[in-house]
Amino acid sequence: MLQDIPPHLYFLLSGILFTIGAIGAITRRNAIIVFLCIELMLNAVNITFITAGNLYNSLDGAIFVFFIMTVAAVEAAVGLAIFIMLFRLKDTINVDEINLLKG
Amino acid sequence: MDVITLKWLLFMTVALLTIGSSIMMVTRRNPIHSALWLVVTFCSIAVIYLLLGAQFIAAAQVIVYAGAIMMLILFVIMLVRLEKEGAEERRKSRMKYAGAYLTLILFLELAVISLTFFMTGKEGRYTPEVMETAGNVRAMGGLLYGKYLFPFEIASILLLVGIIGAVVLVRGKATRRKTD
Repeated sequence: MLQDIPPHLYFLLSGILFTIGAIGAITRRNAIIVFLCIELMLNAVNITFITAGNLYNSLDGAIFVFFIMTVAAVEAAVGLAIFIMLFRLKDTINVDEINLLKG
Repeated sequence: MDVITLKWLLFMTVALLTIGSSIMMVTRRNPIHSALWLVVTFCSIAVIYLLLGAQFIAAAQVIVYAGAIMMLILFVIMLVRLEKEGAEERRKSRMKYAGAYLTLILFLELAVISLTFFMTGKEGRYTPEVMETAGNVRAMGGLLYGKYLFPFEIASILLLVGIIGAVVLVRGKATRRKTD
């Protein structure tokens, strides 16, 4: 007879998604795709929070995920505004060519 | 088919779908395709939340992430000109491959930790029986407007600052020329 799904599998899924997101953020050079990979990493961490909250019969994990979602929404708005500004300024959003702060 | 078998079947399907669509998201050349695969990933993560009994967060995931944020990203992708990640990508890629290998080592560490994890700490009071009578959304709302009222207000101020920041950053070229 099968047992209920162990939390280890959820944590493992979260780790796999985080790794995929991190590898994407390192290897891709289009700034928007790097941004999408960061969103994926945030979601992987959210799965960990929800799993731990479920494991401990607590809602604090879900509350934390709520605040992470708020911050992700703000980050999306400001980050995309920065991309548009950079595109106006340099005509590209390739992260290797964005080196304005290099002395 | 009993409930546990159904849960396993659903979990395995959704987990494979999540991993597959996120790999597709990272490997696509066209940013629009990447964004659409990320929508698939977000929706399947919402199903994972439902399996874990977090209905409110699952609904918020679909509405906020798969709806609002992805629409914003798709609009921005259409606004900026896309360029092919082509020949010059090969040139400086050795460091990036090194970074990817290091991230794989990080993944091994995460896997070991998540498989040897054991539970310590205090149990909360929102057991499945309590949640069945109180309801997930009602319990979340009670916490957000009670114990977590102050962080909730700070989050609303953060959203306001984000809106103002975005508008200030992308205000039109004409106004900027005038001030220069």
